[in-house]
Amino acid sequence: MRRSKAGVLLATASSMAIVLSACGGGSDSAPAELDPNADLTKQTLTVSNWAGYYPEDLAAKFQESVGTPLTISEHATNEEIMAKLTAGGESGFDVAFVSGQFAQALNEAGLVETINPEFVPNLKNLYPEAQELAYDPGNKFSVPYAWGTTGICYRSDLIPEPTSWNDILQPSADNKGKVTALATERWLMLPAQKALGFSANTKDEAEMEKVKEALIAAKPNLLAYDDTTFYSRLVSGEANAVVAWDGWCNYGTAENPDIKFVVPSEGSDLWADTMVVLKTSKNKEAAHAFINYILDPVNHAWVAENILYKVPNKAAMDAVGAQLAATYPNMGTTPAELLKGESLVDLGEAGPMYTKIATEVTSS
Amino acid sequence: MLTASRTSGRGAARRRALTAQAVFTGPGLIYITLFMSIPVLLVLVYSFFERGRFGGITWNFTLDNYARVLEPVYLNVFGDSLVIAGVTTIIALAIGYPTAYAIARLPTQWRSIALVMVVLPFWTNFLIRTYAWIVLLNSEGPINSSLVDLGVISAPIGMLYTPGAVIAGLTYAYLPLVILPVYASVERLDRQLLEAASNLGASRARVFLDVTLPLTLPGAMIGAIFVFVPSLGNFVVPELLGGGKTVMVGNLIRDQFLEARDWPFGAVLALLVIALLVFLFAMQAMIARRINGISRA
Amino acid sequence: MRSLGWLRLPLIGAFTFLYIPIAVLVVMSFNASKVPFVWTGFSTRWYGELASNDLIREGLINTLIVAVGATVLATILGTLIAIGVARYVRSSVLEAYSLAPAIIPDLVLAIGLLAFFSLVGVTLSLFSVLLAHVVFGMAFVAAVVIARLGQTDPSLEEASRDLGASAVATFIRVTLPSLGPAILAGALLVFTLSIDEFVVAFFTDGPSTPTLPIVIYSMVRFGVTPEINALATLLLLVSFTIVISAQRITRLTDAV
Repeated sequence: MRRSKAGVLLATASSMAIVLSACGGGSDSAPAELDPNADLTKQTLTVSNWAGYYPEDLAAKFQESVGTPLTISEHATNEEIMAKLTAGGESGFDVAFVSGQFAQALNEAGLVETINPEFVPNLKNLYPEAQELAYDPGNKFSVPYAWGTTGICYRSDLIPEPTSWNDILQPSADNKGKVTALATERWLMLPAQKALGFSANTKDEAEMEKVKEALIAAKPNLLAYDDTTFYSRLVSGEANAVVAWDGWCNYGTAENPDIKFVVPSEGSDLWADTMVVLKTSKNKEAAHAFINYILDPVNHAWVAENILYKVPNKAAMDAVGAQLAATYPNMGTTPAELLKGESLVDLGEAGPMYTKIATEVTSS
Repeated sequence: MLTASRTSGRGAARRRALTAQAVFTGPGLIYITLFMSIPVLLVLVYSFFERGRFGGITWNFTLDNYARVLEPVYLNVFGDSLVIAGVTTIIALAIGYPTAYAIARLPTQWRSIALVMVVLPFWTNFLIRTYAWIVLLNSEGPINSSLVDLGVISAPIGMLYTPGAVIAGLTYAYLPLVILPVYASVERLDRQLLEAASNLGASRARVFLDVTLPLTLPGAMIGAIFVFVPSLGNFVVPELLGGGKTVMVGNLIRDQFLEARDWPFGAVLALLVIALLVFLFAMQAMIARRINGISRA
Repeated sequence: MRSLGWLRLPLIGAFTFLYIPIAVLVVMSFNASKVPFVWTGFSTRWYGELASNDLIREGLINTLIVAVGATVLATILGTLIAIGVARYVRSSVLEAYSLAPAIIPDLVLAIGLLAFFSLVGVTLSLFSVLLAHVVFGMAFVAAVVIARLGQTDPSLEEASRDLGASAVATFIRVTLPSLGPAILAGALLVFTLSIDEFVVAFFTDGPSTPTLPIVIYSMVRFGVTPEINALATLLLLVSFTIVISAQRITRLTDAV
């Protein structure tokens, strides 16, 4: 992030009159002041994560290990949790799981705490590549939890391997009405952006206009916009090819080994889902302990085995990566390969443009 | 009359009356004002200001939000919503009116049972009722399976994730709300009017068209409003049954508040829905007055 | 039904339309197979799985807390304002105002309350949902009670006052008993509305205390599962029982 841009955004951020939200802050503020002697059993933790994106007994195991009672609340999309966090007042959350570009936005709004590395010694377990991701180089205010890329999840027994994003946007005649696309903004745009050779972070209006036209043209060929049930459509045969996050495709593979994942030739993104600590949290020590608990190699490996997504934890992946990759090939994607994808960052002022285009596309 | 004989004279009686009024209506009035009127007013106020960078409100007065509603994409959504809500209402009336009429003609002891049975589904969880349609219309659901088994079609029809599915879901959700008001107005019909008309030689069809229909129109219109407006503002049905491909005003409003975090714009959309509601009610009242005026003449 | 002639058709059609989806759900909930659309035998296992589902249990408890609290408050406020409107202030504007919360689109009320609670600084929680449910709940109670008061003779109360009883005594000894069934029916209606209510709760609930409809919404977004069918059947049963009881009670009133 260029300094001048940060300055403009900081100025805008602090001129907001969001009731009770902490103002100022930015990626250069000092790490949170934490009390090393805080009694973690007296704190409580409320965390928001995606449904199905954590091992079922995480709360119980965490409480056994660290002593802090943990409540996990669920959100379906980044936008949903962002709305709750930015609504003003206390959201009630201590830690939130958000995709990197949203963590970046939260930081610019001054809503997240700078991570104190002394309280998260397990940070060292992260791959070097996971410590310099574009939305938060150095993991100052966010810690990556899972990462991967977006591609096409398909039934290899029903159709040949898709090679291009156009296999979704302009499917062959047999496949019309048997493909789905992701509904949330950034990933709604991605297939068209890549098919047209644009950046996934583009703010150019002319480029986005072309993206919009391509997406509107693609809509009649879609079965549905679907973020949550797309793999079960593959399993049931309603759909043959769906836009999917790599880990999510593995759920389909688990039910039907003919379901495979491929990244189209035009390339794709690199996304990371991160953990952030809210500034309004009253349990920051417990929050840091939670993040540290996740980053423990054994725990993070357990997470990977459960959610079937790659985790950016070298120690964890060294332990279980190979055997997971035997059943789920995309679990074996190396960080170097992942970095070929374009890292998603916050769009800043261009955000509303994307929202408007998304509405225009889905309501066409 | 009787009040003059009370103990401490008219002044005290009036004070007691006023106290009674305050005691009974006060708490409720305050509550409604605090938790309905003020929030709605707040929505009105928000519509005139800007959104904050990440959500919330920036207190700069602007009419931009209103101007935005006029953009083609949003007019489009509004238009689609009106069409879908309209079709839903027409279908609901087509099913509901004859049903209500039939119920009113049932023998008395059957009537209340029939009414309860009509209303029963409405008092159940709305999500569940919508979910039932996902189960029904699914490509592997009972409808498709039976049609395939019977040989009527060779492959399942994609009924789900279409505007048709949304209309079906909305009709199902609000049908009872049509039946009740129509039943009430049919039930209140003065039989003597109908008898008089047929004694004067009108055929059954004419009796219906010239007497029954106009007199039950106010009730039917209330029923129509009770289907139309909630359908317009519904976001659950388009989301669950429409596959994200049918965007209605309700979805837009919900998105502004829970996803796009553009409260002022969401406020304008919500106000439009309320304005429509008020307008429809006013029209209904006007037409009802004229009809009731005529019938009494 | 014979007297209906051709009208029998839409009547049967309407009831079929209304009840087939419900029937499908109920039948599916006893399907032994995990794949919802293939019938492999009768089983009650999904009800068992439901009972051990923590999230659903939590949702149920939260919903009951809100429903009971909202019912109590709404019944009190609604009854009071109904009596005030029907007996003391007799203004149709006031009557319309007291019924308005029932007519206002739930989405609009929901966002208004979200904005209001944010502005005032009320943290979203079960309590904010309760406050929201009371406002439209009381309108339903008011509607039922006003209707009942319209049927009863105010001269009973006038007579009581003339014989020297205070307003309070009249209220307790004369008005309340005859309103009893209507108040009860109204309370049952609010309770039912509250346990099923989704839209307003969705916007005004806190993050860690989802109500049952909110839990159902998250589940339904992930697709069709047998547990949802079982849950649906149970909820239908509960709602049916409550509504029929309310109906029975008001019919007792008619007899009086």
